[in-house]
Amino acid sequence: MTALLELQGLSKLFATRRGFPRSATTVVRAVDGVSFAVEPGEAFGLVGESGCGKSTTARLAMRLIEPTAGSVRFAGEDVLAARGAALLRLRRRMQIVFQDPFSSLNPRRTVGRTLAEPLQVHGLARGRTARARAAALLDEVGLDPSALDRYPHAFSGGQRQRIGIARALVLEPELLVADEPVSALDVSVQAQILTLLKALQTRRGLGFLFVSHDLAVIRWFCARVAVMYLGRIVEQGPVGEVFERPRHHYTRMLCDASPVPDPELRGALPRVTGEIPSAAAPPPGCHFHPRCPAATAICQVEYPGWDGTVERGFACHNPLPAAVLPA
Amino acid sequence: MRWILRHPTASIGALLCLLVVAAAVGAPWLAPADPTEQSIVDQLAPPGGDFPLGADNFGRDVLSRLLWGARFSLLVSFLSVSCAMLVGGTVGLVAGYVGGRTDLFAMQVMDVLLSFPSLILGLIVVALVGPSLPTLVFAIALTTVAPFARVARAPVLSLRARPYVEAGRALGFSHARIVFVHILPNMIAEVLVMATLWMADAVRTEAALSFLGLGIKPPAPSWGSMLRDGFENILDAPWLSIFPGLAILILVLGLNLLGDGMRDATDPTLGGL
Repeated sequence: MTALLELQGLSKLFATRRGFPRSATTVVRAVDGVSFAVEPGEAFGLVGESGCGKSTTARLAMRLIEPTAGSVRFAGEDVLAARGAALLRLRRRMQIVFQDPFSSLNPRRTVGRTLAEPLQVHGLARGRTARARAAALLDEVGLDPSALDRYPHAFSGGQRQRIGIARALVLEPELLVADEPVSALDVSVQAQILTLLKALQTRRGLGFLFVSHDLAVIRWFCARVAVMYLGRIVEQGPVGEVFERPRHHYTRMLCDASPVPDPELRGALPRVTGEIPSAAAPPPGCHFHPRCPAATAICQVEYPGWDGTVERGFACHNPLPAAVLPA
Repeated sequence: MRWILRHPTASIGALLCLLVVAAAVGAPWLAPADPTEQSIVDQLAPPGGDFPLGADNFGRDVLSRLLWGARFSLLVSFLSVSCAMLVGGTVGLVAGYVGGRTDLFAMQVMDVLLSFPSLILGLIVVALVGPSLPTLVFAIALTTVAPFARVARAPVLSLRARPYVEAGRALGFSHARIVFVHILPNMIAEVLVMATLWMADAVRTEAALSFLGLGIKPPAPSWGSMLRDGFENILDAPWLSIFPGLAILILVLGLNLLGDGMRDATDPTLGGL
């Protein structure tokens, strides 16, 4: 079976020139050789601290940014080579939901126009038909069709996020890229939106590329996960295995930092040390070694190779033992 | 339009502008005399009697000349600002949206334009081409293109990074659709506010160029040329300078107040239009 979305060695370098009269070029490796695949109907998580390149990866996959190297395939089709009508057809099949519900909707367009516009552009429906489709979508995401004639400012953050989801669904995509879709929302609203997304996944057989820094959200929503650190995937595998038996010390640290709702464990301080280094000047060798409790001499000079398969693997010189359960 | 009433500055500004517009539109009926009719016996007649605001050195009625001159001032400033807004706004919009080298090049051209004092630039153009209505409009528009490009570019830079613009790209919208449907409506208010403020500037530049003898050809009346004619007799007949000066003041002040009021009204933190 061909994967729904397949990234191969995807990289994005941002170069900035600074200084006068002699300018120096700083290269930021925002995304560095990322590979993974999302199967149809599967929820794939991308997790990491802020600035690790997970949102950039999501945008590269959508071709909202042009990658420096690597390939993106959607259902076997080369996304990066597509242009014109072919690209338009591909765009129909993958859509994106944004983090900030306040800037993701055009403030000067009614909800109805926002939802009908993609249908018109793609020549799928117009006028009353488009309006009926928009109303049906609002109903599907749990909003009253009376919202059609109102402007975004009349809605709360959670409602706006529902509208954003409805817009992403207008073209009936097969893949939804969700870029921190609940991070800007209240906890109670977070649960509603997550339930809605889960229901959509089941009902429509949607595949998800779910970007989040929240382990609990990823654990609940996704089947598989890739952990990113400074532009690279450091560990990948089924959610249960990765979070219960992490092999990479960074994954372990993230798990420890994620609060566990158990009063017995109250007071146990998370073992997070150090800060994420600048992507413009990553440490030599393994990017993680300055913060790693198990770093040895080799970690300072050589980036560890990938150990394992694409299905379950990690990049570490001194991995955690496979059987150890976290505290 | 109800917002005007909520903003006292804007209402005063709108009132003053309306006054000038009414004068310009109603000139043929309001003017007591032909603005170009000379009368040797009435040279430098003081205000009163047949000449409510006095007569100039050719014995022409100042009030009539002011009323007809309003047409010229408004026409020149409106046309020049419209041209500048169209050209400058487009440059700023495209430069901001496309970015990269195009942006750098366009903005550097604008910076060069900006580095000339507007009056000097106007002087050069009029001196080269010769005074006429189109030249004047072109000269003033040229001095205002750069500020418009800057004003239009800044919001585009922030708007093009908004998620709803990104969503538009993901949905396969064309660049034209994104620029005209999703970016332009969200910045047009700022540009219109600027247009009002720059119109006040255009009125002043027109007056200044006319004062320097580079406006429309006599005997057609213009506020700036009236000011210049009056200047020669400022001690004997001060009304020849005072009334055109007041007229310019009223229009410039009105446009400035209206622009300021509009800016307050469009500021989302203060309630919006």
